[in-house]
Amino acid sequence: MPTVLVFAEVREGAVRKVALEAVTAARTLADAAGGGEVHAALVGAAGVGSGAQALGDHGADVVIVLEHPAFARYNPEATTAFVAERLRAGSYRAGIFTSSAQGRDLAARVAGRLAVPVVTDVTSVMFDGDDVAVTHPIDTGKVIATLAIRGTPALVAIRPGAVVPAVRARSPRIEQAQPVGDPGATRVVTTELKVGTSAKLDLGEAPVIVSGGRGLKSAENFRLVEELAEAFGNAAIGATRAVTDDGWRPHSEQIGQTGRLVSPDLYVAVGISGAIQHLAGMRTSRTIVAINKDKDAPIFKIADYGIVGDVFEVLPALTAAVRAARTTS
Amino acid sequence: MKIAVCIKRVPVQEGRFTIAPSGTALDEAGLKYDVNDFDLWAVEAALQLKEKTGQGEVSVVSLGPDAVQEQIRKALSMGADRGIHLQTVQRSSDSFVIARALASELAAGGYDLILFGRVAVDAANGATGAMVAELLGLPCVTAVSRLEIGSGRGQARRELEGAQEMMEFPLPAVLTIDEGLNKERLPSLKGIMAAKKKPLEIKPVTLIESRVLVRRLELPPERAAGRIIGEGASAVPELVRLLQTEAKVL
Repeated sequence: MPTVLVFAEVREGAVRKVALEAVTAARTLADAAGGGEVHAALVGAAGVGSGAQALGDHGADVVIVLEHPAFARYNPEATTAFVAERLRAGSYRAGIFTSSAQGRDLAARVAGRLAVPVVTDVTSVMFDGDDVAVTHPIDTGKVIATLAIRGTPALVAIRPGAVVPAVRARSPRIEQAQPVGDPGATRVVTTELKVGTSAKLDLGEAPVIVSGGRGLKSAENFRLVEELAEAFGNAAIGATRAVTDDGWRPHSEQIGQTGRLVSPDLYVAVGISGAIQHLAGMRTSRTIVAINKDKDAPIFKIADYGIVGDVFEVLPALTAAVRAARTTS
Repeated sequence: MKIAVCIKRVPVQEGRFTIAPSGTALDEAGLKYDVNDFDLWAVEAALQLKEKTGQGEVSVVSLGPDAVQEQIRKALSMGADRGIHLQTVQRSSDSFVIARALASELAAGGYDLILFGRVAVDAANGATGAMVAELLGLPCVTAVSRLEIGSGRGQARRELEGAQEMMEFPLPAVLTIDEGLNKERLPSLKGIMAAKKKPLEIKPVTLIESRVLVRRLELPPERAAGRIIGEGASAVPELVRLLQTEAKVL
């Protein structure tokens, strides 16, 4: 039965939701092949091992804990050395990563080190005879490719949000591991991690995204977007490329062809006309709401619910109504 | 400073995509091609570094059929000094195959920096740059949105979800460039004329066997046609009702 290794991504010492998604994907993969073991690698500074139970809850049979001060921040070279060595030494059929910025970085390095392919941004993974078959959106999500990965280990990185974390609780065996080489003597060093200052949710994880475009007319007016996001309580803020290019919002909030590709449960497009580059980043959202003064704006062609109107009139009304709905429900 | 920039010819994403009868390839009729956006920002980064130091050479490398020379010429017209076309009609969905071919070329180049775009918008895998770094044994930083290069070392900021990392690294190094680092320049008429005389070396390559195979391509399900539920603030109560009862997201 196949054993699957998962890299459990951590930020500031805490296991990320995307890591639980990756463990869930690994568990499903192993179970589909008759119930092989899932091993999760948990790498960080002292104390990171406390995240092991959360990984067990989602289906990890073994948690390999590597605690060392040199892993307090992302240490790409030493993490690559450790994960590649594990994959080489253990007879793993597959290695599962998160397709976050960190997971993609690591997965590509490990693949290069092991001289095997990797497919990132994978939306599903399964065994298919001797191959591992994955689905992977290409061409800005306009085409879905089903790819077969030959050979062992098959490395894939799971798109954030593509898998719903599922509880398949077990008490994982904990294995304390040692780094490979001196993790304090790497060439590339992360000197600082700057986490967004506000408590805003991340675009990849938020169930709701409120996104603003040029129709808001100024950076200051994004206050209205922020207020609606706060009213939802579980919303992140996005923006169009025009807005981030103008410096109204940081580039990290840009949704579209060259920015983030998101698919939240609810996407609220405020003052966004719906340029094709923007649609490429959000068209797979489950429900789309559009508010725009131009009834012919392309965004209305894909919006489940459109309101034609002045955003400065509609937005405050919607914010109040959402706030009221959430306090009474 | 010697800089290499690896660029990819990709279909312009604005068009409609259709699947060829084989079911495993795109129908290429009607597709237009350009340099991958992220790769243009990598070219721009290289040109700015050269301009800042006042010396050096920017080489542009692209792998593919003869048509990729069009993309190499575009980079040359922006100001790159020379082009290298790794010529093959073979294709591969296996990033490692491409990384191997690029690394073989880049190994002997004596480059201080090797730049890639963060991801190709067509294949959407974003692994080739880091794989080349591994194959060459070079330090690597991916998704760079700010960059400072000084005497033999560099500092880069990389973009995460809701966060940024500051990284330091020695040269030579491999970097992949994210959006936000710069805006690419447009080729000037003078640049376009000059590019025609710049050296473009053609080197035939043979790719190793792919271990990633396309089983099928499909178009995603169409979204139901949009619907406008009303005008102005008076439509808000109906929207909230639909979000609660129909979409069940509130």
